[in-house]
Amino acid sequence: MELDLKKLELRNVNDKLQNLDRKTNERDFTIINPEGNHAICAGLDKEMNVTIKGHVGYYCAGMNKKATITIEGNVGTGVAENMMSGKVHVKGNASQSAGATAHGGLLIIDGDASSRCGISMKGADIIVKGSVGHMSGFMSQSGNLVVCGDAGEALGDSLYETNIYIKGNVKSLGADCVEKKMDKKHINKLRKFLKNAEIKNHKAESFKRYGSARKLYNFKIDNNY
Amino acid sequence: MCGIVGIYLKNEKLKNSLGSLLSKMLINMGSRGPDSAGFAIYKKEEKERFKYSICINKLNFKDFEERINKHIEAELKKNSDHVILKTSLKPEAMLAILKKHFQDVSLVGYGKSIEIFKQVGDPSEVVKKFKLDDYSGSHAIGHTRMATESAITTDGSHPYSTGEDECLVHNGSLSNHNNLRRKLKKDGVNFDSENDTEVAAGYISNNLSNKKNLKETLKDSLKDLDGFYTFITGTKDGFAVLRDEIACKPAVIAETDDYVAIASEFQAMAHLPEVNNAKIFEPEPGVVYSWGN
Repeated sequence: MELDLKKLELRNVNDKLQNLDRKTNERDFTIINPEGNHAICAGLDKEMNVTIKGHVGYYCAGMNKKATITIEGNVGTGVAENMMSGKVHVKGNASQSAGATAHGGLLIIDGDASSRCGISMKGADIIVKGSVGHMSGFMSQSGNLVVCGDAGEALGDSLYETNIYIKGNVKSLGADCVEKKMDKKHINKLRKFLKNAEIKNHKAESFKRYGSARKLYNFKIDNNY
Repeated sequence: MCGIVGIYLKNEKLKNSLGSLLSKMLINMGSRGPDSAGFAIYKKEEKERFKYSICINKLNFKDFEERINKHIEAELKKNSDHVILKTSLKPEAMLAILKKHFQDVSLVGYGKSIEIFKQVGDPSEVVKKFKLDDYSGSHAIGHTRMATESAITTDGSHPYSTGEDECLVHNGSLSNHNNLRRKLKKDGVNFDSENDTEVAAGYISNNLSNKKNLKETLKDSLKDLDGFYTFITGTKDGFAVLRDEIACKPAVIAETDDYVAIASEFQAMAHLPEVNNAKIFEPEPGVVYSWGN
């Protein structure tokens, strides 16, 4: 079904997708003329496929659960923020805070993501085929952030237990973020991610792994004050 | 909040639609700044004369005309409560006359090609009032304001003139503006409001008058201006963009063979011709981008 945002109110389109008619089997939707609107496809919680043809604004696919959403264009701030499950695929570039606080699901960005990609993520997998900006993975708690390009300043600042894999250069590491050994277990895991995202031109072995030195958030029992 | 927009034409064919393209951008950005709006439009350069954009506030245009004629020979064009005054008088002399005899009007900008209009009110009303749709030109920048640092007044509206044919719009807030204002006052820079952006404008114009170029000046502002900002500075030949290094304040650029446009959000550019095929990117923090300069 085609939904034209030039003719329909955004609120009605989101309402329709959030409250699917169970009497029909309609599960494939195409949104045209998004024209940079905010919060398109926010709060979807059923299995369905939505393709958005064009560039979107802030918080696209926010809080997504189960749905597969493809954006054929660029996305603004906070794409797939607080995603719980499902898949969001951005074919263009993403603005800041992509996948912020996402608990689960898969976010794939074909282009670059700007600053704070994966900030405070809590279990999602984020794969960026291009580069990410500064403060990416800031305070992220669990999940995986895979970047095929470069990373900006202060990567993984104050991070908890997220695994970060970077293929290119890292401008600088944030507080408590260190490079870690890539053992077989990690290579196999990364290989799966790359396969899932249909990335064939990067070998898992060529990535570096970063994680927490665990000095910031662990309470040391032998600290004497 | 606040919204900032700019468009620089690479193709002369679009020149007559510059005003209507900018007008839709400003109206859209009303969602980020409903308190006041303003724009600077760059037209063909005057050969001999200077143009002074003056807000006559509550004055009657006829009275203003009569009073001006007593001092100088000038051609006046009224547009709502703004007047574009053309005269061969150089800025130094003209500014002195305005300061001495016209305390009741505000000079909003001057130069050989720039015209600035700004006023309080909803952006859609402001662009209608100044008939922005009818304007043509080579490039333009604009601003919609959500007032935070100072009151909702014409003085507090953007763009701010930073010198001859130069202006500034700002999305963000500066935290060291009081200190910087004191320093700049000692250097002889004048301020009309308590607004933080006026300080940034004063800082830029002061540096430029000290023979620094625009790129250097913007680079220096990264260390001298403390706060959050995305700046667009307009000059006779084009515009430049700078985001602070934290880059909390948004900006997105769309470039085609015919134009370069910038806005706080993509939705403000969704109506531009061929924008879906444009090269769209976010300016990197701490990097000066410029076109036409």
